[in-house]
Amino acid sequence: MTWIELLRVAGGSIARNKLRSFLTMLGIIIGVASVIIMIAISAGTEAAIEEEIVGLGSNLIYVSSGFRPGGARGQPGPAGGLTYDDAFAIAEQVPGVRAVVVEQGSVETIRFQDVVLDDVNVLGTTADLPSVRDMELAAGRYFTQEEIERKHKVAVLGTKLAKELFAETDPLYQTITVGDIKMTVIGVFAERGMVGGVDFDAQLYAPIEVVFRYFTPTQFARLIGDRVRVIYVELEDPASMEETIQQISLLLAKRHDVSLDEADFTITTQQDIIKTRESTTAAFRNLLAWVAGVSLVVGGIGIMNIMLVSVTERTREIGIRQAVGATPNDIRAQFLIEALMLSLVGGLIGLLGGVVGAWIFANASGMRTEIVPASMLMAFTSAAAVGVFFGFYPASKAAQLDPIEALRHE
Amino acid sequence: MEALIRTEGLTKIYGKDSVQVTALQDVNIQIEKGEFVSIMGPSGSGKSTLMNILGCLDRPTQGRYFLDGQDVSELDRTQRAHLRSTHIGFVFQSYNLLPRSSALMNVMLPLLYDRTHGYAPAERERMAHEVLERVGLGDRLHHQPQELSGGQSQRVAIARALVNDPLIILADEPTGNLDSRSGEEIMELLHELHGDGRTILMVTHDPAIAAHTQRTIHLLDGRIEKIIENGGSLQPVEESIGVTHDLD
Repeated sequence: MTWIELLRVAGGSIARNKLRSFLTMLGIIIGVASVIIMIAISAGTEAAIEEEIVGLGSNLIYVSSGFRPGGARGQPGPAGGLTYDDAFAIAEQVPGVRAVVVEQGSVETIRFQDVVLDDVNVLGTTADLPSVRDMELAAGRYFTQEEIERKHKVAVLGTKLAKELFAETDPLYQTITVGDIKMTVIGVFAERGMVGGVDFDAQLYAPIEVVFRYFTPTQFARLIGDRVRVIYVELEDPASMEETIQQISLLLAKRHDVSLDEADFTITTQQDIIKTRESTTAAFRNLLAWVAGVSLVVGGIGIMNIMLVSVTERTREIGIRQAVGATPNDIRAQFLIEALMLSLVGGLIGLLGGVVGAWIFANASGMRTEIVPASMLMAFTSAAAVGVFFGFYPASKAAQLDPIEALRHE
Repeated sequence: MEALIRTEGLTKIYGKDSVQVTALQDVNIQIEKGEFVSIMGPSGSGKSTLMNILGCLDRPTQGRYFLDGQDVSELDRTQRAHLRSTHIGFVFQSYNLLPRSSALMNVMLPLLYDRTHGYAPAERERMAHEVLERVGLGDRLHHQPQELSGGQSQRVAIARALVNDPLIILADEPTGNLDSRSGEEIMELLHELHGDGRTILMVTHDPAIAAHTQRTIHLLDGRIEKIIENGGSLQPVEESIGVTHDLD
């Protein structure tokens, strides 16, 4: 009996029981499809994170406000943390620093004529933001250091925000009301998209001192300066990162009068963030791979189940084949190939389902997915392996049937 | 000339030490090429067991079985399967055709497992077609068993038994499931095949059918009760052993 005949016999048996064959394959179909979809999701997520991290700007160091030891339970004490002036100190005293950006956020209601937008992010920031964050202006200009110091009430809008507020009207030099404050629009950014989970196109950018003064005034500002959460430092040369971090640490420790061991700030690099994200996505990916692997095994058990039923059901057929000359090996090969065919056809349908499923998932959830060709190959070969592995026992059982008993079977 | 089938002290015992059932005991038979022999006996007399052993579906517990001069009593399952594919054709009471497969596919089945000749697919189809013509079903090639009458099904089964040109055809009550009209047709066909020179061994319950064969072996309780030369005289068992029948 040649391979082609074995394939034909197995194929015929599968085709004669279409519904049962499909149900048998379902486990494999779901298994293969889920392997592909899950790997596509994690690959897509990784790619998105990578792009986003690159989008945060290159050569960046994040100096964030830490908790001063001894302060009340995780709350920064009044004397702890970073201040607005620290940013200037870093810019002026640490060599190799190209730009320093400070941000202070607030959420306000914005009005223009009869358009009212609630809960808009107002980001108070400094003059270097466009360079550090890789942002380009679509119209008008950005505010200057002088405007920041003089607390000029000017605003630059994200493109989405501008569209919502002004629709067809030209936003430049229009007066809008932010909270209770009237501000003049001097520029509109080009589209920038999501960065670090924040929609940069839906924000309003204002001089940081305006935000300190009008939107987030603090009691102690006069005494200790305005508090900031993060200072972004852009370096001239990424090679000098270690050195620059060292110098910033020393400078801030001195300014805050703390030792380096109990610093009230932490310094993070781009690299640290990438590593953290990567380890998170790796864990995510591993979890998905396990889930998908388990579903493949369950699919294999399904095949074994149905094949065992099939062997019992077709005992008489096996007996007839044995009577006319089929050897135990012939019978084993027939059922093994049937199991293999079921899992391969299931695998193919699963491949298709996985590709389509990943596409549907991407469109439905807005999450990015990327089909990884290696995952298709892996899922498909696993399906074949599962078919052989779980087909072997039923096939051997069929091969061991006694022809006399089998012929007598009703 | 060596007999086609010869058994020496064929014995089959089922079961383990405590509950043993002797299905066959010390059976000595000899069947010559071209003979048409029937086997009769009440149920439990060992007819099926004898047929299974002669058909190489089973092995004797003791004794020897020579098929065409070759001792086949010690062969393993695979070797016996090879023998069945080339030397033996079965016809069963309940036809035992593969459902949902055409008559042609059913008849081609033994050729599929024939390693000795390794017929090409086209050759197999031609051979199956030919034997189906021979049994008068040239116009039913693509019918499935459920579309055929009992008589037609049994013809397909006979065609299947013929297709590999076996040394012997073993028919186990071939007319048992048929009405008398179809039964007669099947018997006519078997006699025609015998006329062509085929060797046929047939189990039957019907004395009238047995009477039309050359010899009838009567079994009782696993032993040969008597062997009757039809149209001849009743012979004692002892004398029948070793008797050869020259048919040519």
